Amino acid sequence: MELKPETLRAIDEVVTHYPVKRSAALPLLHLVQADQGYISAGAVEWIAARLDLEPINIYELVTFYPMFRQQPIGRRHIKVCRTLSCAIMGGYRTCAEFQKQFGTGLGEVSPGGEVTVEFVECLASCGTAPVVMIDDELHQKVDVARAQALSAQIRAEAGAH
Amino acid sequence: MPAPAQHRLIFKHIDEAGYSNDLACYVRNGGYEILRKAVTRKPEELIDEVKKSGLRGRGGAGFPCGVKWSLVDRKSGKPIYLVVNADESEPGTFKDRYIMHQDPHQLIEGIMISCFANNVKVAYIYIRGEFPAGARILEQAIAEARAANYVGPSILGTAYGCEIYVHRGAGAYICGEETGLIESLEGKRPYPRIKPPYFPAVLGLYQCPTIVNNVETLCHVKHIADMGGEAYAKIGTPGNTGTRILCVSGHVQRPGYYEFEVGKCTLGQLLHEVCGGPLPGRTFKAVIPGGSSAKILRFGERFKGKRKVGAEMADYDWGVEDIPMDFDSLAMIGSMGGSGGVIVMDDSVSMVEALGNINAFYSHESCGQCTPCREGSLWMKKITARMVHGAARPEDGQLLKSVADQIAGRTICAFGEACAWPTQSFIAKFGDEFKGYAEAKKAPRAVDAPELV
Repeated sequence: MELKPETLRAIDEVVTHYPVKRSAALPLLHLVQADQGYISAGAVEWIAARLDLEPINIYELVTFYPMFRQQPIGRRHIKVCRTLSCAIMGGYRTCAEFQKQFGTGLGEVSPGGEVTVEFVECLASCGTAPVVMIDDELHQKVDVARAQALSAQIRAEAGAH
Repeated sequence: MPAPAQHRLIFKHIDEAGYSNDLACYVRNGGYEILRKAVTRKPEELIDEVKKSGLRGRGGAGFPCGVKWSLVDRKSGKPIYLVVNADESEPGTFKDRYIMHQDPHQLIEGIMISCFANNVKVAYIYIRGEFPAGARILEQAIAEARAANYVGPSILGTAYGCEIYVHRGAGAYICGEETGLIESLEGKRPYPRIKPPYFPAVLGLYQCPTIVNNVETLCHVKHIADMGGEAYAKIGTPGNTGTRILCVSGHVQRPGYYEFEVGKCTLGQLLHEVCGGPLPGRTFKAVIPGGSSAKILRFGERFKGKRKVGAEMADYDWGVEDIPMDFDSLAMIGSMGGSGGVIVMDDSVSMVEALGNINAFYSHESCGQCTPCREGSLWMKKITARMVHGAARPEDGQLLKSVADQIAGRTICAFGEACAWPTQSFIAKFGDEFKGYAEAKKAPRAVDAPELV
């Protein structure tokens, strides 16, 4: 596994935040996933070795915490809140619209690799439901029309590259 | 009676035009002056002020903060940690998001005062993974505060030093449970610990004494240090002091966050007046008053009994609209104030489907450590999903209740109650809707009825 120099620097820094190295497991998983796109078997071994742990100590985190993934996803990650406040304001329709826009099913990589659409649990912005995160950015009051506009924007940004 | 005016203590600057989340803006508005005074006082005095204030935890349990602090083992010789619970994961709750994104230095000042009072040298902010921008804002704010000696090895020229680190979660609700959070911070699966012996105040992070406080709670500490515990206790109502941020979501005209003196605003004033009432052509059907695990209330039901008013016992006979939004009143009528998340549902919502949505959440989020919770939450989800997508039977409501009744009280942590209370209360309040769901499903579905499961 080849990590970017800035990722390695961030790893060295974050390990110093804790008196016990194992505490850095989640931060390292976040950093490695941001660098590599997902957590590979090699990444599990690398992180375990970096923190003097057994690979199982890292693997059990990857399989527990919903934000870590073991396969690559689309270039953009669309996460639609599924929980009650968003659902009663139409979150399921929003999610269906994103799937329709990119011709993809839940949790799959869309044809062409542009996006992965997922349902996630509460994003803690219930007052502006339904909400969606696209990569690290929160979008509020995303009804079907807004989902169409955001989808068009994603396609336009992909075309620009 | 008209709703009282908001009392914005914690949310004073939220959404204020021109207010930014950088240090310069915070200092321009008097920031860190309270910390400057606090570090010249005796730590015990500050703990006393918090005790006198009557401040109750704003994360969900409503436990008195001063009592929590007084339980800390100060004789063990081990370091004392402060862990900020910024996991904000109870569905319906979205107050801490705005504090951290728009006013991070208010939190940092509250943390530093609390750390100084409790002789804490390292604090961790455990922020939910879904707030990547919030984590960056906090890290930036801590770096600014450190450069100005509000955080770091020598606070404002004193011999006292304290570091704050931001630690990101990764999407698991159970990390909001304080011992699960501690396990997660130790780099493990967030399996809650059994109490006793693992009370954080004695055996917390790294088996050291640990204080776990919610974001909003620590912000209140800043204001208590400023005005003094006695003055703070005059805000709100006896036993329910200070202000509280109520987060309203769902079927009202104006959802959002509103800060009131605790207990001064009723649920009816909040929903009808402050939030503008139901959506056009709709009527209120049900409300969950304190985050999705709080027991649901049905519009039209009445709550009767005796309560203490001053020194006297008085009869009360309340509708849902009459309930004062404080910890004790909501507990008295069989629900809870919890995390302040108020979820409103109107007559477009099927209660069977709403419960199906909630059950899917708890089934997804059960850590799986205790069998009654792991299996029970899964079966409650399966039953409600079958009712919605397959064949519903009149006896399913009782089946759901029988599963829920076997979870609460049989688990290591309060998740057992959290996942059982929705089912128990939905069946108790809307039993007929569960009995008649098979018939109701045969009617054509309203075009605007939301899909929930």
